[in-house]
Amino acid sequence: MNSSAPMLRVRGLSRSFGGLRAVDRLDLEVGRGEIVGLLGPNGSGKTTAMNLISGALVPDAGVVEFDGEPVQGLPAFKLARKGMARSFQLVRVPCELSCLENVISGLAFGPRGIWGEAARTRARGHLARVGLADKADVPAGELTYIDQKRLELARALALQPKLLLLDEWLAGLNPTELQEGIALVREIRDSGLSILMVEHVMDAIRALCTRCVVMSAGWVIAQGQTAEVLAHPDVLAAYLGGAAHA
Amino acid sequence: MQLIVELLLFGLTLGGLYAMVAMGLTLQYGVARIMHLAYGEWLIAAAFGAYAAFTYWQVNPLITLALSLPVGFAVNWLVYQVLLSPLVRRTQAGPALEVDSLLATFGLLFVVQGVMVVLFGGSYHSYNFAAEAVNIGGALIARNRLIMFGLTVLAGLSIYLFLSRTRAGAAVRAVATAPGNAPLVGIDVRKVSAITFAVGGALVAAGGVLASMFLTFSASMGVIFTMKALIVIIMGGVGNMLGAVVAGLLLGMAETLVARLVDPGLTLAVNYLLFLSVLLWRPAGLFGRPVR
Amino acid sequence: MKLPQKKSLLLVWGMLAAAALLPVLSSNDYYLGLGINLSQYVLMATAWAVFSGPTRYVSLASVAFYGIGAYAVAVVGDALPLPVVFLIAVAAGSLLALLVGLATLRLSGTYFVIFTFGLAELVRQLFTWYEVNITKTVGRYIFLEVTPRQIYWELLALLALLFALSWWIQRSRLGLALRVIGEDEMVARHIGIDVTRSKLVLFVVSSAFITLTGAIMAPRWTYIDPAISFNAVISFQVVIMALLGGAGSLFGPVAGAIPLSLLFEFLSARFPNHFSILLGAAFMVIVYFVPNGVAAALSAWWRRRGKAAA
Repeated sequence: MNSSAPMLRVRGLSRSFGGLRAVDRLDLEVGRGEIVGLLGPNGSGKTTAMNLISGALVPDAGVVEFDGEPVQGLPAFKLARKGMARSFQLVRVPCELSCLENVISGLAFGPRGIWGEAARTRARGHLARVGLADKADVPAGELTYIDQKRLELARALALQPKLLLLDEWLAGLNPTELQEGIALVREIRDSGLSILMVEHVMDAIRALCTRCVVMSAGWVIAQGQTAEVLAHPDVLAAYLGGAAHA
Repeated sequence: MQLIVELLLFGLTLGGLYAMVAMGLTLQYGVARIMHLAYGEWLIAAAFGAYAAFTYWQVNPLITLALSLPVGFAVNWLVYQVLLSPLVRRTQAGPALEVDSLLATFGLLFVVQGVMVVLFGGSYHSYNFAAEAVNIGGALIARNRLIMFGLTVLAGLSIYLFLSRTRAGAAVRAVATAPGNAPLVGIDVRKVSAITFAVGGALVAAGGVLASMFLTFSASMGVIFTMKALIVIIMGGVGNMLGAVVAGLLLGMAETLVARLVDPGLTLAVNYLLFLSVLLWRPAGLFGRPVR
Repeated sequence: MKLPQKKSLLLVWGMLAAAALLPVLSSNDYYLGLGINLSQYVLMATAWAVFSGPTRYVSLASVAFYGIGAYAVAVVGDALPLPVVFLIAVAAGSLLALLVGLATLRLSGTYFVIFTFGLAELVRQLFTWYEVNITKTVGRYIFLEVTPRQIYWELLALLALLFALSWWIQRSRLGLALRVIGEDEMVARHIGIDVTRSKLVLFVVSSAFITLTGAIMAPRWTYIDPAISFNAVISFQVVIMALLGGAGSLFGPVAGAIPLSLLFEFLSARFPNHFSILLGAAFMVIVYFVPNGVAAALSAWWRRRGKAAA
């Protein structure tokens, strides 16, 4: 929409559950064609932040600008149609649908609403891209965990998104799979997408993210270039469980 | 002025009954996770019990009331153990339990209702107990309504004290808020669920005896009481005792106002109107917070 | 799953055609009456499952729509031509479904069930109130020149239309949306499916068919009052039939409605005073012993048999 604005700009985003402030005045930005890492120990509010950005939860306060347009409070399906796709921390694929149908479901309700033979052709293309070309007619429930993760990515890509939110997509892979996964994410970025990824795997963060935002107890405790952020004493403390301001 | 006092008294007493009945249902639904659609049938069954005891054997309804507590408890405990616990086991208390239990209790509703129709027929019943008028601030109100109101307050307070002050009450609250974690601290979730469900049954049976002292009732009216209790607990927020009390009083007031000032044929419409406004503006209840 | 689907499709079209011939082959009024009763329940159970199957929202309000259809005919039936009357009925039923859906379908299924649980009672009270206070009557007479044969054929035609429509929905984008929603609503929302709207469309379609069933059946009654046309037992029977057959498949409800309408016909004639007890007991037996419906039980058996043979 507005090519000078960053793809995603978040300002003062907050949400509490009962008395707990899960996300407290979060600021972050994802530039065009950039991969930004969202880091932090378990329970620090990363997934809540993803849910707030993608419309699964409504924020109590704050602004989310997507492609230059304020979108906070919009329902998830509208954000998906505007070009925001996501994966889930624990893989979610409708198990009774075949892989092909899974990807078609990403095409059919997206911004362009592709359906029929065109959708089938494109869906096969997306499956091939993530390495599932020969699994098109297999029910998603019969795939291995790793293949389900690939399928989830193919479905997200089928939306032809501008921004991809990956929630621990690289977690639980063996070393070979991890290298393949990193290459795939990089390739997706190179094709023009912007990516915000919640991740714990340090190798992947170093290899992919230009910048990182680190959360702890709902707060941002550090952000900046990946190498600097990872060396920041507060970040080390948060991860190693020491006092944050020792 | 006299009209205002009268409306206030009638609304408050009716609301007290609704609050008490809804407290029982919110215990059953909030703790045992059973959406009990036959709930109101037990109220009517108890009302018929009190009616039969009073008309045939001249038993004082207050004695029936004392008996209704253990009977209501036992019947609902049995319903839970025999009818519902197989479903709890089958669904492992997952999301399917809600649908299965409401279908099973929907079937139960027709069975209980059918039995009452066979025993008492389909017509309206009532009896005269402590119906003499008492003058309060110029307004006349039947003594039975005042007795009923006092007893509902007593019941509400005892439940509240039980939940907040006793060890068993703490276990009930633990199961209500975190059924998955309760076993970690040594709570037998199924046993707590069964007992809480039975306590709900005792409350609704007592509510039925109290209702029979001042209301006209028929075998097919259970559905209406279930509906009212459901509306009250949704207005108050599921599992929220204080919410149930406030919403129950609100409903009693609203119904009394409409019945006296507009038309008694529209009371259910008032229920729905309140229900709709809550669904549209505060789906998590008056005291809840929207989840999405 | 593919093969039984195609076979049952053929089977159902064949049965429909055979059923349509019944009044031509036999002039026995008893069988025609039975046929009408069967068809109306097959229709309503199928229409119920069109919405409640994929969404798993249990509607307990079928009779609210059925009764509205009957009342539409009672009120404007003798003033307007029948097709126009049917259109008015559909419009009224759809409007009610739209209002109920808009209020409840964005919330969890529990709210929907509770809402529909009392809906028929509410509509009944409102109609009673209106009749008593405004028109100063309780019941209405329906004198229309409609023969039982015509009613029977209208029901079968509506049933054929319903099958065709559901078959088409299954193959459409809406059908795919519903399958995703049925498995995982969260995913559905994040791939751009307007979940609430999909459910709403389906609920309105389902309710429109049930309303129309009530409208077609109205001339059979000759006399209606709110207690007759909004009798909760009808909703109850519809739910049992669909559940027995299995709400998940298109033809499951047919398999449930046929034996149960026959059973209920027998029970209500033989034990009129204990009918409600037997009905409730039958319902509970089904919930406990055939939780996914006979269609699912049969297809599981079919698959096991297939595997054992291979």
